[in-house]
Amino acid sequence: MSAELREIWVYLAASPLAALTATLVAYQAGLWIYRRSGGNPIANPVLIAVVLLVGLLLASGTAYRTYFDGAQFVHFLLGPATVALAVPLYNQFRQVRRSALAIAVALVAGSLFAAGSAVLVAWLLGASQRTLISLAPKSVTTPVAMGIAEQLGGLPSLTAVVVILTGIVGAMLATWTLDLLRITDWRARGFAVGVASHGIGTARALQVNEVAGAFAGLAMGLNALATAVLLPLMWRLFAAP
Amino acid sequence: MLGFLTLLLVCQLAGEVLVRLAGAPVPGPVVGMALLFAGLAVRGGVPAGLQTLAGGLLQHLSLLFVPAGVGVILHLRLIADEWPAITAALLISTVATIAVTALVMRALSRPDADT
Repeated sequence: MSAELREIWVYLAASPLAALTATLVAYQAGLWIYRRSGGNPIANPVLIAVVLLVGLLLASGTAYRTYFDGAQFVHFLLGPATVALAVPLYNQFRQVRRSALAIAVALVAGSLFAAGSAVLVAWLLGASQRTLISLAPKSVTTPVAMGIAEQLGGLPSLTAVVVILTGIVGAMLATWTLDLLRITDWRARGFAVGVASHGIGTARALQVNEVAGAFAGLAMGLNALATAVLLPLMWRLFAAP
Repeated sequence: MLGFLTLLLVCQLAGEVLVRLAGAPVPGPVVGMALLFAGLAVRGGVPAGLQTLAGGLLQHLSLLFVPAGVGVILHLRLIADEWPAITAALLISTVATIAVTALVMRALSRPDADT
């Protein structure tokens, strides 16, 4: 590498510009493919962007820390965006209130089932205990899931990854699963996606239908609360000696 | 627009402070969402500017998960070691959770509200 090129590289590595640009370009590429596919959920833009960026970091030998120093500005917006979910929720609140009982029961069932089935399947296939704990809060939005994993003795950074992957899987397979079950009610469709796959599922639901998006956002918030309370309780009941 | 962006940040900040004061196991932004919702309910409507801002932010909600998702790079080895268990757990559990939640929701929903 020539001296000038190295100077440019040093400059780019020190400022958030390169990481931010790469993140946006990778996501645009993901969106472009998603749209070209006619909105096919398998062409998930988050998955495409993550694969492109991981390839870029590995190829250029850039540490994740260095990348995240820049990309954290995008990451930060998750907070305000979560607050903004109050708007679709408010717009659909009449519908939410009418199905309050269904929401409460579906929430508890979904929350317990999400953690229980993940742990059971991974345990049957011989995952280590640390991985089992890290998998348990997989359906909950990242900061809560990491907190739960830490509390129970898992690996919070692995949980963060598992949570994102769960979101991608949910966004990719929800339409197919719900069509197969012939569930046409947008409230049930949205709520199920939000419980199972938090914000990434909510993002997909918002793209498909506003009612589904509002119920998904509500489910994401409620499931964060439900799992944070229920999971440590279940853990003490079943797993502790 | 700027005013409403400030409002979102104020709600988030208030949420973070409340969560820490109460020692609650909920993320600050989720409490912030509840606060903004309460505000909208008291006001009795969503201001047009907030509607636009929220729409813009939420339209690209999935972009915001990309930086954390790239963190998969930190665990490539562990995932390679335990990939059958992790992959099966994610696929089966996520699909099954969607199915169970949707079925319970449908079974208990009032049919007259169906649209």
